[in-house]
Amino acid sequence: MMLIPCPWCGERSENEFTYIGDARRQRPDTSALDVSDETLKAHSDYVYLRDNPKGWHQEYWQHTSGCRAHFKVERNVVDHRIRASVKADEELPSFPEGR
Amino acid sequence: MQRYSIWSLARNALTGHKNWQAAWRHPEPKPHYDVIIVGGGGHGLATAYYLAKEHGITNVAVLEKGYLGGGNTGRNTTIVRSNYMLDDNAHFYEHGLKLWHQLSIDLNYNVMFSPRGVLNLVHSDAARDAAKRRGNAMRLNGIDSEYWDLETIAKKIPDLNVSKNARYPVKGGLMQKRGGTARHDAVAWGYARGADARGVDIIQQCEVTGMMMEGNRIVGVETSRGPIKAGKVGIAVAGHTTQLLNMAGLTAPIESHLLQAMVSEPIKPTLDYVVTSGAAHLYVSQSDKGGLVFGGDIEFYNSFSQRGNTRTLEHVTAAMISLFPRYAKLRLLRHWGGIMDMSMDGSPIISKTPRDNLFLNGGWCYGGFKATPASGWCFAHTIATGEPHPLNAGFTLERFERGYAIDENGAGPVPKAH
Ligand SMILES: Cc1cc2nc3c(=O)[nH]c(=O)nc-3n(C[C@H](O)[C@H](O)[C@H](O)COP(=O)(O)OP(=O)(O)OC[C@H]3O[C@@H](n4cnc5c(N)ncnc54)[C@H](O)[C@@H]3O)c2cc1C
Ligand SMILES: [Zn+2]
Repeated sequence: MMLIPCPWCGERSENEFTYIGDARRQRPDTSALDVSDETLKAHSDYVYLRDNPKGWHQEYWQHTSGCRAHFKVERNVVDHRIRASVKADEELPSFPEGR
Repeated sequence: MQRYSIWSLARNALTGHKNWQAAWRHPEPKPHYDVIIVGGGGHGLATAYYLAKEHGITNVAVLEKGYLGGGNTGRNTTIVRSNYMLDDNAHFYEHGLKLWHQLSIDLNYNVMFSPRGVLNLVHSDAARDAAKRRGNAMRLNGIDSEYWDLETIAKKIPDLNVSKNARYPVKGGLMQKRGGTARHDAVAWGYARGADARGVDIIQQCEVTGMMMEGNRIVGVETSRGPIKAGKVGIAVAGHTTQLLNMAGLTAPIESHLLQAMVSEPIKPTLDYVVTSGAAHLYVSQSDKGGLVFGGDIEFYNSFSQRGNTRTLEHVTAAMISLFPRYAKLRLLRHWGGIMDMSMDGSPIISKTPRDNLFLNGGWCYGGFKATPASGWCFAHTIATGEPHPLNAGFTLERFERGYAIDENGAGPVPKAH
């Protein structure tokens, strides 16, 4: 069982949260009328491709059974350590390699 | 290869079982192979077996970082079925099911395939309509399927809670009688033995750590036991698919997630079929040793941890007890987890890649064990000929960006589907 630190509510049981997914993907701007092939490719990469690192992973969670806010977490997907948690519009701090 | 038979059993019994040959060799890696398969799970070993048997390609190595079948092959709940609706999946898995029915004879190795029938329960009118539609699609594709009403189910599965007041009231179910279970380790071992007998080198404790490239062409692999050159390289590493593709500078439409399963203490035969419930997130069967083997959903967050979490454990056991109240008193013996290669449409990839001479087998989600024979068969064809067989022609890596996703659940691009 993980304890997940919500930036608003503090550490709570993982049962209260819903996983949303990889927070590093950026949706490309497809609003132009005449979208280029590169943009279409970038869009399909955004929808389908994942870095899926074996180690530290930046990801969105939602505190569904709590304050319902979305926020960002950096979690190690091998041992589930969490080293940072920030509000959804904030940047996660940078860490020296391997910590 | 020493053939197994009643006579060899009797002969060896008389000599105190001291003269059995090892089922496969433990060779040192050669500097060069025509084909290297990365991953010694069922899929990698089956691929090597069919490369040798069907295509006469025997200068082959299977490189496994741990031990044979130590990945998902040896961790799964062994449900074998071909009850799919979409054509690409239906024909592929049905080819597999036909291979399963012959596998023990073909391999001269008892994989304990037990076609006891797989029943998918439905708990609502909408689910019943969907199940009947899938059953009809299957029959149109020449695959066996029948709808069981509540009375039939209540009679055949007395342990099941069919009360109207149940948490998951049972309405009926879709039965595939030719489906069932098999002995997972035996599948890996049988294919390993058959491949070894045809000259394939099976090299355990050998982790692939990098790809050797010349321009866009893969020419070998770096391993924990030194570099090995290869004419072609095939990847079959389940949950580590993206790691291997990264070594070749590629990204994949795959996330790694954890799936766990568990087994109860052994009891006398009580459950004759494999029973699954999509609504309750449960699948269960009784093993030949008597334990109830069951599992549910993935943890739903990226994971490489290869061990279960209590949240899902509780959820799955609760589902089990609500469907089968009688099993509440049983004790759990073990639970374990495996790292799944969850693809973005729930269907697998058996395909060429953007790198020359590099081939990919992955994206098996919840259901790659049943695919083992068909997967090895199709992957061997793809590697040997350089082109996919019609049975796996839809399972490409480019299908996502080209809009040809094979989305059995109609759920859109999420790495969560069965
Ligand atoms: C709990 C659970 C229940 C399941 N239940 C079912 C079921 O009921 N029915 C069904 O059909 N499927 C089921 N599955 C899925 C099924 O187990 C898998 O899809 C299937 O076994 C995959 O086989 P594989 O040979 O591709 O992978 P694996 O058996 O995982 O083999 C891959 C191998 O690659 C090796 N490897 C990884 N990286 C490297 C490297 N760098 N170098 C060398 N070797 C490497 C690993 O050590 C591993 O042995 C289940 C899975 C799990 C975890
Ligand atoms: Zn909160």
